[in-house]
Amino acid sequence: MQTALRTSLPETELASRAHFAPHARVVREERPAQASGLPLSIRGLRKSFGDNEVLRGIDLHIPAGQFVAIVGKSGCGKSTLLRLIAGLEKVDAGSISFGSEVQPEDIRVMFQEPRLLPWARVLANVEVGLGRDRSSSDAHARAEKALTEVGLADKRDQWPSVLSGGQKQRVALGRALISRPRVLAFDEPLGALDALTRISMQRLLERVWRDQGFTAILVTHDVAEAVALADRVLVIEDGRIAHDVTVNAGRPRQRGSAELAGLEGSILGHLLSADDHT
Amino acid sequence: MSLIDSASLPRSFRLPRVEGLIQWIVPLAIIAVWQVASVTGFVPTRVLPAPSDVVLAGWKLLLSGELVRNIWVSFWRASIGFLIGGGIGFAFGLANGLSQLSARLTDTTLQMVRNVPHLALIPLVILWFGIDESAKLFLVALGVFFPIYLNTLHGIRTVDPQLIEMGRIYGMTDGELFRRVILPGALPSIFVGIRFALGIMWLTLIVAETIAASSGLGYMAMQAREFMLIDVVVLSILIYALLGKLADSASRVLERLTLSWHPAFQKR
Repeated sequence: MQTALRTSLPETELASRAHFAPHARVVREERPAQASGLPLSIRGLRKSFGDNEVLRGIDLHIPAGQFVAIVGKSGCGKSTLLRLIAGLEKVDAGSISFGSEVQPEDIRVMFQEPRLLPWARVLANVEVGLGRDRSSSDAHARAEKALTEVGLADKRDQWPSVLSGGQKQRVALGRALISRPRVLAFDEPLGALDALTRISMQRLLERVWRDQGFTAILVTHDVAEAVALADRVLVIEDGRIAHDVTVNAGRPRQRGSAELAGLEGSILGHLLSADDHT
Repeated sequence: MSLIDSASLPRSFRLPRVEGLIQWIVPLAIIAVWQVASVTGFVPTRVLPAPSDVVLAGWKLLLSGELVRNIWVSFWRASIGFLIGGGIGFAFGLANGLSQLSARLTDTTLQMVRNVPHLALIPLVILWFGIDESAKLFLVALGVFFPIYLNTLHGIRTVDPQLIEMGRIYGMTDGELFRRVILPGALPSIFVGIRFALGIMWLTLIVAETIAASSGLGYMAMQAREFMLIDVVVLSILIYALLGKLADSASRVLERLTLSWHPAFQKR
């Protein structure tokens, strides 16, 4: 950091260096588990709560292994869409289909709250993610592996109450990853974290997604986060997909690059212009 | 991090011992003042015998075997009554917390019964059971039922719904959900109920024993009053205090064993 400051490198290079050093594993180019992601097709999806029609016909295809971010103003229906995909709400009309037959373990959700069991130690919390395999003999070993993946192997015997917010969210990520899901839905998982923890969590998400190749669906209100992580950003307005933006920047992404900043600006423009009309 | 952890360990080990002494300073000081006041004649022994006289009376009763027998009888009544009443209260709390149907069926009735002071039933209970063991057990069981019922019900109803949703998403069966999420979540509240119930247990038992019994600590105190043995009366009262403290400590130990995850029980 000291040397970087003195040599006054351009902003982007600084960011990319800081990125590479602690996460050398990211450099791996091949995606070994690419086949593990599931494609997702949504047709004519509608959902209302009482008189309030939240989703008014969503048509969407997500190829296997794509990282999709869903942005929109609060109350636009983005979280409802995610909960429908995850099977937490019943579909009113339309359909959601995954390329093949899915097991419950294939689809996992990460919420804004870590939702850890306070009375179970970190390792036992990760084991919860095994679903029906919880009682199998290799449960401990698999949980330890998942904890190592999120960099918390040394916290295995701690109670969740002693962990920081970011650490709790990493345990929740480990719990979601342990069953090797093929679709991982994120409902603003980083919303409650401070700015620095957020950035390191974003890198962690990008790394595990590249390692495991699941289809990732991220709901966020942070457009910068959306363009930093996703292959594709969907803007939802009034229960419909208003814009479908492809992010072509190479990976690992360089935070603060002009390309991403431009994209972020134009998406924000969409969101705010809709605001002006109403 | 690990360095800080290991450095703070010896301190957390030393603390309980100091605390263990601190809590006895006030009771011991009261006894000392009391002894001095009695010996100097400031408090007449007809009103309050000196602690040394109380200890002497206790020693005599101990030698005759009467003390141990009475304590044992009271202890037995308290525990059996507690187990019966607490068990039924816990069962109703679980049933009404987990099942809407059960709650609709029984909760109103239980709330009505709850508002009758259970000691008001003593005349009726004597008519029903005489001054038999069952009378005391019935009253104790009735007394401890409600705090345990109410707190179990409350504990189960206030388990974080987000955790229950999480459990369902991760494919927990109903049994697993209960064992891993609902029961541990309700436990702190259940312990509050147990500690309330322990207080009510002693209160009920002593009242029942002073009114209708032929053995037990309450009976011993009433007998002593008949014969103006004020040192035995004071002895009985002190034994109640000690037994109450013992029951409370037992529930605290249980709490600390089962709630070690809870932030309130970690920094000790």
